[in-house]
Amino acid sequence: MAERVIPSVKRKQLLELAAKGKRIDGRGLLDMRPVQIETGVVEKAEGSAVVRLGSTTVMVGVKYEIGKPFEDTPNEGVLSVNAEFVPLASPTFEPGPPDENAIELARVVDRGLRESKCLDLEKMCLIPGEKVWIAWVDIYVLDHDGNLIDASALAAISALLASKIPEAKVENGEVVLTGNYVVPPIRDRPVAVTIGKLGDQLIVDPCFEEEEVLDCRLTASFTEGGLLCAMQKGLPGAFTADEVIKAIEIAKVKCEELRKLLPPLVTQHG
Amino acid sequence: MLSSAPTKLISDDGRRADGRRLDQLREIKMEVSTLKNADGSAYVAYGKTRVMVAVYGPRELHPKHLALPDRAILRCRYHMAPFSVEVRKSPAPSRREIELSKVIREALEPAVFTELYPRTSIDVFIEVLQADGSTRCASITAASLALADAGVAMRDLVAAVAVGKVEGKLVLDVMDVEDKYGEADLPVAMMPSKKAVTLIQMDGQLTFEEFKEAFNLAVKGCNQVYDLQKEALRRHFAPKIEELEGGMSSG
Repeated sequence: MAERVIPSVKRKQLLELAAKGKRIDGRGLLDMRPVQIETGVVEKAEGSAVVRLGSTTVMVGVKYEIGKPFEDTPNEGVLSVNAEFVPLASPTFEPGPPDENAIELARVVDRGLRESKCLDLEKMCLIPGEKVWIAWVDIYVLDHDGNLIDASALAAISALLASKIPEAKVENGEVVLTGNYVVPPIRDRPVAVTIGKLGDQLIVDPCFEEEEVLDCRLTASFTEGGLLCAMQKGLPGAFTADEVIKAIEIAKVKCEELRKLLPPLVTQHG
Repeated sequence: MLSSAPTKLISDDGRRADGRRLDQLREIKMEVSTLKNADGSAYVAYGKTRVMVAVYGPRELHPKHLALPDRAILRCRYHMAPFSVEVRKSPAPSRREIELSKVIREALEPAVFTELYPRTSIDVFIEVLQADGSTRCASITAASLALADAGVAMRDLVAAVAVGKVEGKLVLDVMDVEDKYGEADLPVAMMPSKKAVTLIQMDGQLTFEEFKEAFNLAVKGCNQVYDLQKEALRRHFAPKIEELEGGMSSG
């Protein structure tokens, strides 16, 4: 019973605060927590990043591997996004295969990257129908204090931007690695922002305590050119039509702000 | 069998590959109480997209430790039949199906008075028999009919429809070729009487202005689907009510 009573008491408190334009950690309704991005944190990965949103911490590693393309896209490389909620990140995370929350997170991040066409997959084809580069983007949640989607999306694009891809040549129908690295074919920098609905207020970057009592959330991803490229509503509540439009407007502005924090594309590789 | 990309999805006179206008739904069929064993059931077809839904519950919950003292838990499984698509789909649940099961559950839950059925479960089983685009929308439309058929107390029905962008134009009720070769897909679910949006997803690329237009078109489409839902329920239950009333007046 306790786990049901505490949220309802807390919900009342957070609703009262929100009505006054305040939040439990002192932020304004549309303020993000401090954002920190660090890249190159794992040398063995071809690209890596750690993103902190307040105390939410997400690490992403990018590995490039040669593999077979999908049958319906023989001339394209493969982008694969996976998420692990590792047990050290939260008392509610348990060891085992990804649950529906981890799968949703990975698929929302995947959609933002894929639909922005940030990776030019055609340039990742080595031998059509036979060999292509697979970009494995693995999301590792290390500390869960809410808003894992935004932190993960930011870490994923940061790790890709900071990544290097082995230089490969095709000689006599064989792929030969030169031992050098080149810049990955990145042509966009998508960012995602999640808006939470708390009573009749919209808030940006919900922390864990807020997430527990949210009505619902809406995540929107935007391309560098300001196009909406992915959306996901989550949690069992409902938005009004006006709230949907307003949430996306807010997300668009916040995405622009977040994009300024992204690392530059690494252009020099030894 | 894999078909190749069509050359043109919208003709010069604004007709789509199946002859529809841009803002026209496919032929939609709805039927409730289609299964004998389920507490509630429904069959919905959006053109060639065909979905069957069964609701079991409110019923005792297994495993018991999942029970909530103050409300029912809603569980939902969206599943595609192996023969529902061009290339056979493995019957094991895919990541896509797990995600869709979650968002569909979250689209239905705002409509259900779960607090009336503490410690129970309401299980919604969705089988996509044939997929031709907008399967999640047909599933939500069918699931809310099946919940109503099961007599589960609800705030409203949930109606869903997807809007797409194809060759630069916005189209209502996206079918498979339009989803595959189009520029964007925007599924929306609503409780129309409450004007509440319970599901919204998008992939592809839209400007903010296009999004607003697409969203308005989706709201209109949901209202049309909603009318058909009410009609389907009336068609099934009106004769039964008349029978009951007739029985009462003669007895």
